[in-house]
Formats: sequence, C-alpha cells, structure tokens
Amino acid sequence: MSEPLLVVDDLHVTFKIHGGRAVRAVDGVSFAVRAGETVGIVGESGSGKSVTALAILGLLPSRGVTTSGSILLNGQQLLGASEHDMQDVRGRRAAMVFQDPMTSLNPVLTIGRQLTETITRHLGVKRDAARDRAAELLDRVGIPEPRQRLKNYPHQLSGGMRQRVMIAIALASDPALIIADEPTTALDVTIQAQVLELLREVVRESNTALVMITHDLGVIAGICESVNVMYSGRIVESNERHHLFASPRHHYTRGLLASVPRLDGAQGRLVPIPGSPSDVIAWSEGCAFAPRCPAVSDACRGQAPELVSSPEGGTLRCVQPAPVGMPVWSGR
Amino acid sequence: MIRFVVRRLLLLIPILFGLSILLFIWVRALPGGPATALLGERATPERIAQINKAYGFDKPMITQYLTYMKRVTRFDFGQSITLRKDVTAELVRRFPATIELSMAAMLFAVGVGIPLGFMAAKRERTWFDYGAVTASLIGVSIPVFFLGQILKWVFALKLNWLPTIGRLAPTRELVHHTNFNVVDSLLAIDGGALWDAIKHLILPGIALGTIPLAIIARITRASVLEVLNDDYVRTARAKGLRTSTVNRVHVLRNSMLPIVTVIGLQTGLLLSGAVLTETVFAWGGMGQLIAGAVLDKDYPVIQGGVMFLAIVFVLVNLVVDVLYAFIDPRIRVS
Ligand SMILES: Nc1ncnc2c1ncn2[C@@H]1O[C@H](COP(=O)(O)OP(=O)(O)OP(=O)(O)O)[C@@H](O)[C@H]1O
Ligand code: SF4
Ligand SMILES: [Mg+2]
Repeated sequence: MSEPLLVVDDLHVTFKIHGGRAVRAVDGVSFAVRAGETVGIVGESGSGKSVTALAILGLLPSRGVTTSGSILLNGQQLLGASEHDMQDVRGRRAAMVFQDPMTSLNPVLTIGRQLTETITRHLGVKRDAARDRAAELLDRVGIPEPRQRLKNYPHQLSGGMRQRVMIAIALASDPALIIADEPTTALDVTIQAQVLELLREVVRESNTALVMITHDLGVIAGICESVNVMYSGRIVESNERHHLFASPRHHYTRGLLASVPRLDGAQGRLVPIPGSPSDVIAWSEGCAFAPRCPAVSDACRGQAPELVSSPEGGTLRCVQPAPVGMPVWSGR
Repeated sequence: MIRFVVRRLLLLIPILFGLSILLFIWVRALPGGPATALLGERATPERIAQINKAYGFDKPMITQYLTYMKRVTRFDFGQSITLRKDVTAELVRRFPATIELSMAAMLFAVGVGIPLGFMAAKRERTWFDYGAVTASLIGVSIPVFFLGQILKWVFALKLNWLPTIGRLAPTRELVHHTNFNVVDSLLAIDGGALWDAIKHLILPGIALGTIPLAIIARITRASVLEVLNDDYVRTARAKGLRTSTVNRVHVLRNSMLPIVTVIGLQTGLLLSGAVLTETVFAWGGMGQLIAGAVLDKDYPVIQGGVMFLAIVFVLVNLVVDVLYAFIDPRIRVS
C-alpha cells in the first residue's frame, strides 16, 4: 500500500477559556488517510471532530489555544507551520467543505467571485481563464447553466446547489486532501444522497483523500472505507467500515449504532444512548463514557483505558469490550 | 432603483411641508421677537408694533404662514430682518462653507474611525482595543464647543501651528466660482491657496469630526467583531486567501452596512454640530448664520436655514439607502 497522504499523530488541542479553565477538545488523536481513501470521523456533538479538522488546516484561533502532536501532509509538518505557509496549503493542497452552505458562502459576493478568488490565488491565472475554470468546476459538480450561475448570489441558489458550489470551491485547485465537516447535515435527505454521491465521484476521479466528519452513521456507511469513533476528544474505536458495522466492540460505538435506523431496512427498536455527551468524567479519572456505559464496572474508573490494537483488526479503547462478532441488533 | 429614488424624493415634499409648519410655530414660540432683538434698549411698545406691522407679524399666524409658503414654493425664503439681505441668496452663498467643513469633518471621522475600529476588533481584548474603546468613549462625550475652544487655544494660539479663525488668510486673493475654497483653489491652480484652505479646515474639521469619529469607530469595531465570527470568513481563510484579502474583501465589506448607516446619521448630526463649530472658528457658513439668527429671532433666516439643512439630511440618507443596495445584493431584490 502507498504511504499515507495525511498522518495525524497524537494531536492535542486545548482551549483556555474564561476563568483560566482549560478544555481539552482534542486529546491525543491519531489517524492516517491515503490518497483515494475516505476516512470517517464520527461522534456526538462536542466530541472534537471539528476542532480536529480546523487544527489540520491551521484554522484554530491563534489566541488561547495550545496544540501539540504532529500533522504531516505529504511529509510536511503542518502543526506549528507559519500562517503564511499555511495559506499556501489551504485551498491548494488541502481544502475544506463546511456544514452550512448558507452561512459558509459570503452573501454579498457572487458565486463567480468566490470561486475565482481561490483560482487566481492558487493557480496564478488571469481573470478570464479563472472564469472559464470556475464555470468548468460548476459544471463538474453538476450545476446546470454554469455561466449564468457565476453571476448569482448565494441566496439565489437552493441549499443543495450552494453545497455543490462549496465543493466546487474546494476542488478549485485539485487538492490532494479534502476535509468535509458535516457536509450534508444542513440538507434535505434526498439532497444529502446527491451530495454524498458527488463527493464519492470526486474521490474516485481525482484520487483525492477525503476525511468525512459526521455524527451520522448513515453517511459513514455510504462513503467511508474506515471509521474513527470519537468520544470526548479521543478516538475510542477505529476499524474498517464493514468490520465496525458487523462487529462494533466499544459500547459507545454500539450505542451510536443502536440509536440510528437500521441501514439495511430491517426492523429494530431505536435505543438512544442514555444521558448526554456532557455527562463525562475526565479521561484522567477513567473512561469518559463510564457515566453512560451499560457495561461499566470498577475497572473502568481510576485511569483511562489505553487505545490498543485488537487482534481482529482496528483499535479499541475499552476495558470490557463487547465480544467479537456480536452485532448490535441481536440485543446488547 | 430609479423608481425607488424618485419615490423617496417625492416623499421629501410632505416631510418638508410638515417641518415648515413646525418650524413656523416654533420660532414664534421663542421668547422675545425680532422687533425686541432688533431694537434692544431702544424698544418701546410703539416701535415694536411698528416693526411687527412692517414685517406682517401682526397678522394672524395662518395668514402669515400662507403668505410665507407662497413665496417658499418659488424658493424665496424672504428677507433677513437683522441682515437686511435676501435669505435664499445668503444661504446659497454660505452653504458651500458648511458643506466643505462637514466633508472635512466626515473625511477625518471616516478615515480615522474605520481603521481604528477595525484594528480594535482584530486585536479584541488587548491593550490597543481597550485604549481605542476608552478613547472613543471620551470622544463622544466631549462637547463640540469645548473641544473647539481647546484645539484653538493649543494649536492656534499657543503653538501657532494653524490659523485661529476663518476659511482663508485675510490677505489671500482667490476667485470664488463655487465658494468651496478647496475647489476654487484647484480651479485657479493655486497651490498656496489650496494649502491655506486646508490649514483652515484642520482644526474645525477635527472639532466637528471627533464625535462622529468615536461613534464610527465603535460601530466598526462591533460590526467587524460580528463578521469575524461569521462562517464565510472562515471559508475565506480555508481557501488560503491572504490575510489582507480576507480582511478587505470579506470582513470589511460585510461590516459596511451598519457603518454606512451611522455615517448617514452622523452626517445629519454634523450639520447641527456645525452651528457650534462655525461659531468658535468664525467660519462664516450656514451654521454661524443660523446661530446668529436664533439669538436675533430672525424668523426668515431660521426657517430657511433649517429647511435647507433638512433637505440635505434627507438627501444624505437617500444616498445611504442607495449605497445599501450596492453593498448588499439581498436588499436589491426585495
Ligand atoms: N473556540 C473555542 N473555544 C473554546 N472551546 C471550544 C472552541 N471550539 C470548540 N471548543 C470546544 O471543543 C469541544 C469540541 O468541539 P467540536 O466543535 O470539535 O465538536 P464537534 O465534534 O465538531 O461537535 P458538533 O457535532 O457539534 O460539530 C467542545 O467541547 C467545544 O466546547
Ligand atoms: S471502558 Fe468501561 S465504561 Fe468505558 S466503554 Fe468500556 S466498559 Fe464502558
Ligand atoms: Mg462540528
């Protein structure tokens, strides 16, 4: 197999908030993505998915944030790189698609302007050539009458179209890596499927590495080859997608799976995970999921479970995982 | 857009009409009257009655108003009582002086206020930010008259860097085509006169511009802070745009709506601030004219002058509304 394009190793991101308290939003996250591969990061709200993504692109606020670890893109260390250098990476080699296409596009500039400014910035082409390229890109993401659309403002387009525009912007200079942070969450279900299909196509055609961030296992099932499950700033389980679905072992992963409708359409009762993501204990005091875990025992408290590779493949952070090959739907 | 402008201009008619009535009643409610002011110590009931009769102030108010309005529709605001001059001609002659001063003040307010507010927002919760916020608090609370006197005392009288009063050095010869001294000196290709005009504009411009500057800086800071948190700014950064491009194209432009609004409002208030500033610096504009007229109860001058300012105020706000549509395409459609 080829060398990974992106290697995130032991990434920590800590926010200093008012009153001097520190929030460990990302607490030792590692994963890798190869060209042409789609890797999912899944977890409930607040688990640190977006912060991970922003850290990769160097988009975290400069004040009150400390980061450590390593982020290698094609061997180049991005963590700690200067803002000036990161500006050459962002949009050029690594692009991002955000959640809400309504607010993520500038309402007072035309679509054309927002597309061409990326193109001229990174490809060093003249205005006319940039416009041609912009129209090409809109065509590529399936927007009809691209030349006309260039003159439109975001509010004149539907939500799905706007997200296509965002994807077109991300594709503007053929980045090696795309990070999509909940790209379908704000869209209607039918549109969600179309946008996912578009992303799948892009990855296939351009051999792009895609990091798909979502809290929706349905999205993961549709597009990802492997999955990292995050909880409270740490990865608690990772595996190839079909292994994870067939044999989820961490109780949080199992809870997530039990709380979504079955992907194959079979009947089953939806069981939400009890409690909320805010019912956590610090990892230093044990498993953060312990307050909500149905299998919790004394062994789970005192110190954080290590993330270990399991012999069946994947990694797992749990002292008493569910047995191998026990799907969620046969009861838990 | 044209229909919008025309509609707004038509709306000007009832506004001015209503204003004329209010003004008419208000000036006559002021204590004393033009006759008393004119005669001063020589005032006797007979002489007062005589003057009131001469100007028609003895007639019923409604009759006076109708006669007045008949002339106003022909842009004739009557004769000044104390100056014995045609009010319209006098207003037109002095109008450029006031506009020139107001524009200098606004230039100062916008030119300093927007960058100051912007930098404060970018450095939120740093000493620079705290300093800017404090300075703008002080700025809004300094009375124009007081600031004018201080500036004059320090920079004109003590340091002798800048002229104390007037719009040009008394010895300067300049042909007045427009009565805008800056324009006239440019037309005459006279660098000396231009510099002279600018030097005279500096202190009154600062005195008049300080309050709007402080307000513009505060609004800019608040507006930029809000926009900086908007998702599209993050998108712009995620595209790898240079910081200067992000600031210019995405942050500043999107912060402009509230800023333009206050600039419009402040331009209106500027015209009232001009009354005080012009008095301090003997500017010889409309402000000084109106201030004098209020003291002298010179009804026609007060009425004409305020109407003039009202028209300017409405026109400035019309320009603001048109600018809106240029800044924000969403307004254009609706
Ligand atoms: N700018 C910030 N300042 C302080 N804390 C922050 C900041 N951004 C994020 N956090 C904290 O970091 C943690 C992780 O946030 P993050 O946005 O990564 O969650 P997420 O997994 O993307 O959730 P969601 O599904 O809601 O997007 C949260 O506890 C959040 O409160
Ligand atoms: S470590 Fe304990 S609390 Fe945490 S998931 Fe495993 S069983 Fe549950
Ligand atoms: Mg998020």
